[in-house]
Parts: sequence; C-alpha cells; structure tokens
Amino acid sequence: MLDDFIWRATLAGILVAMAAAPLGCFVVWRRMAYFGDATAHAAILGVALALMMNISILAGVLAVALLMASCVSLLSGRGVAMDTLLGVMAHSALAIGLVAVSFLSGIRVDLNAYLFGDILAVGKQDLGLIAGGTILVLSLMAWRWSALLTATMSEELAHASGIQPRREQLVLTVALAIVVAVALKVVGALLIAAMLIIPAATARPLSRSPEGMALIAGGVATVAVAAGLKSAYVFDTPTGPTIVSVAALMFVLSSLLSWSYQWVRQ
Amino acid sequence: MPDPISSASTPVLRTRQLHVVLGGRQILHDINLTLHRQEIVTLIGPNGSGKSTLVKALIGAIRPLSGRVDIATGARIGYVPQRLHLDPTLPVSVARFLDLPRRHSRQRVSEALHDAGAGDLRRMAMHHLSGGQFQRVLLARALLMQPDILILDEASQGLDHKGTAAFYKHIEAVRQRYRCAVLMVSHDLHVVMRSANHVVCLNGHICCEGKPERVALSSDYRALFGDHAADSLAFYRHDHEETADVG
Repeated sequence: MLDDFIWRATLAGILVAMAAAPLGCFVVWRRMAYFGDATAHAAILGVALALMMNISILAGVLAVALLMASCVSLLSGRGVAMDTLLGVMAHSALAIGLVAVSFLSGIRVDLNAYLFGDILAVGKQDLGLIAGGTILVLSLMAWRWSALLTATMSEELAHASGIQPRREQLVLTVALAIVVAVALKVVGALLIAAMLIIPAATARPLSRSPEGMALIAGGVATVAVAAGLKSAYVFDTPTGPTIVSVAALMFVLSSLLSWSYQWVRQ
Repeated sequence: MPDPISSASTPVLRTRQLHVVLGGRQILHDINLTLHRQEIVTLIGPNGSGKSTLVKALIGAIRPLSGRVDIATGARIGYVPQRLHLDPTLPVSVARFLDLPRRHSRQRVSEALHDAGAGDLRRMAMHHLSGGQFQRVLLARALLMQPDILILDEASQGLDHKGTAAFYKHIEAVRQRYRCAVLMVSHDLHVVMRSANHVVCLNGHICCEGKPERVALSSDYRALFGDHAADSLAFYRHDHEETADVG
C-alpha cells in the first residue's frame, strides 16, 4: 500500500492534519495567527541554509523555525506592538529566505515545492519523519493539555495553580516548529498557517468543549486532505492549495450552519 | 521553615520588605504585610497604587526585586482575579473550566458552586454567563482548592452596587465556612467599612493600616482619598455604630 504514491500522500496529509489540529486550536485561542505565519515563512530560510550547509532540509527548517518561534515568543512578553512586529518578521523571513535560495545558483532548487508543498512526492522516508513528528507533537500536547489550557485562559490563574505560563508557551513554540518542519513537504511554507487556523476556526461553531474542538478540527482537516487530494487529481490542480481551498469551503459551510442555527433560534 | 500554624493568631501569610520593580519603575517598596488565620484584610488605595501588583506578587505571578513572601507550610491560596477575558473562540463549559488544571469530583464541584452562590451553572457555557455569574464561578474555582487564604482582586468590578453588597456578604459566609483568611482589594469604601477587620492603605508603600475606623481618621488616608471620602467613611461608621447599639 505504501508503494503507491497516492496512499503515501494521503497518509502524510492526514498525519499533518492530526498534528496541526490541536496546535491550531491554541493558535486560534491565543490569537497567534501571525505567530504561525512568521514561523512557517521562516522555513524557507531554513531550506536555503540547509542546502548551503549541505545538511538535511528537515534539520535546517526545524532549527530556523525554532529560532523564529522563540524570537517571537520572547518578544511577545515585552509589550512591543506585536501586530506590526509579527507582520514585519513573517514577511521578512519569507523574503530573506527567497533571496538566500536565489544565491544557490549551483544547486537546482524547486522553489514551488517548498512554497506550496509537493505532497505527491512524499517518499517512504518522508512519511516516517512525518509520522515521528506527528507522534511527538501529539504526545507533547496530550502531556501538557491541562496546563496549556489553563495558561491560555489566564496567566494569573495558571500561576496561582503552580503552572508557569512561560514554560507552556515554550511547549507551544517547540510544537509549532515541529509542525512547520513536517508540514513543509505537504502544504508548503505559504499554506502551513492555513492548515493550523482554518480547521480550528471551522470546528469552533460545532464544538462545546476545548477537547471537542481539537477533535473536530482534526476531522475537518482529515476530510480536507482526502477531498483535496481527490479534487486535485480530478481537476488537475496544485495539491496543497486545493486542500486548503477545501478546508476554506468547509469553514464557510460551518459558519453558515451556525448562523442559520442562531437565526432559527431567535 | 519550622513554622507550623497552630493558633488563630499566627500569620498564614507574611511579606517582608517586599520591593517590586516593573519595567524599570518602582511599583512597591518596603511592604510588610501580615495576614492572620481567618482574618479579613482589605487593601485599598488609589489607581496605580500597586494593589494588583501586590496581589500578583503574593500569588507568585510577579517576582519581587527583593524581600520575600512567606506562606505558612501547607497553606493553599485560592485566587479570584480582577477579571478574566476568555477568548470567544475557546468553547468551555463551567464544569470544564472548574476542572482545570486538575479534575475534581462532581460532588465537590457542585458544592463549590453552591458555596460561591453560583447555583447550578455546571452545564452553562462560560461565555454565556453574566458578569455576576462569572465572578461567582471564579470564586467557586478558588474554593475548589480548599483555600487557607482567599485572595480577591477587585472581584466586584463590573457588578452594580447591589450586586457588590451581595457578593461581599457571600465572601463573609465563605470565610466562616472554609475558615480561611481573606485578602481583598477593593475600591468600594463602604464595603470596606462593613466587612474588614483590618484595612491596609496602599500607595506604593503601606501608608497606614489598622481598624477601619482608625484608618479613616488618619491624615495619610485623608491625603490619599480626600476629606470627602474620609467624611463619608466617618458618616458610615457613625451609622454603623448606631445600628449596633440598637441591635
């Protein structure tokens, strides 16, 4: 089964969807959308550095994403105008990464694959790495779930319960860097943030508990991956963007559903 | 710390020469505050006097530059924040909120809600609660810890006058039931007069403290809040004493 590229692609997509869903919920709850963007965009810089230094792409991306996420998370405690700062960092990371890649004239680099993903080219080794990353992220989230939730609701209540909000922030930072590293191959740097945010936002009107929202987000993302892959095959469209488009469509449906439900109740 | 708490007069919480600097600005200095078992201490002070900062230092959310906060061994702190902004994207029921970060038995949750005067709100969504209900759920959350020290940071904010009075009456009942010390921050001087054993007047440092009647007469207090406030307190005290005579 794993010898078939379609199966590998589907499995890779579903794994990334499962890792991104609970993390995406925290990104939405804590209003860190730009944080996700900045970290994901920094991945391109990681690709460039990895190619220059001839180390594995995954390691390069992981390192740079971790660095970027820590920078942003460190600055967020300093009361700097976050919105602007994150905007600056997200886009400069992308631009500088693209410039750095262009210096690599000697090596043939398929930039599109890194910007938009190349899910159909996922090999067995990639699949193993993606599975490992997903298991790591899911274990991290499961282990810290209650503490993360408490710290997300109120830093002071967290302190009063003996939880260090800074440490929980670090957990999210690390998880985000891992997700970026494993999702790069699947949806590409430009659309990783979409895989974090859209499924979570779609799940919100349909859920009544934080855990429910994470599970539904996982379901939404899985359906988006499966339906996106199929549609991309049928309509011959780029796979990553098609998956995100399907997720966006589901977001619209879920919003309409909740609006009409509220309208009927009134 | 060889300081097991036995009698009612031993302090359950004490700060020594607490000094807090935030962003290069000195917010608090030389804070020596003592809270005894089952005592109600009210912290008053003008805006920016460092009341909330002091509370945050007590619960460990802010690290003081120097000085220390001593809490009697084994004493638990229940904390009711000034306000809590729950992001509307985070769906959470009252029951789930009370189960964070540790789960409690259903019976204890119901008890705490009852003691906080929140009735049967277990199944409600947090963001459907009114301001008063929300405040009581926060109180229930603090009570679930079986606190020895209950700290309330302007917990009546957002409540109307009647709601505030009811809330503080409840705090008194809670203190008796849980046998805990209460430290509350308040800007409502009337409430302070009614319910405090001990008033601490804060303005970067503790500028005066003592029984409410004595604090109201002190010159430091008048300087901080103006003669008008002091007179209204004196008036209230008078009123209160008369009632006490009749009763």
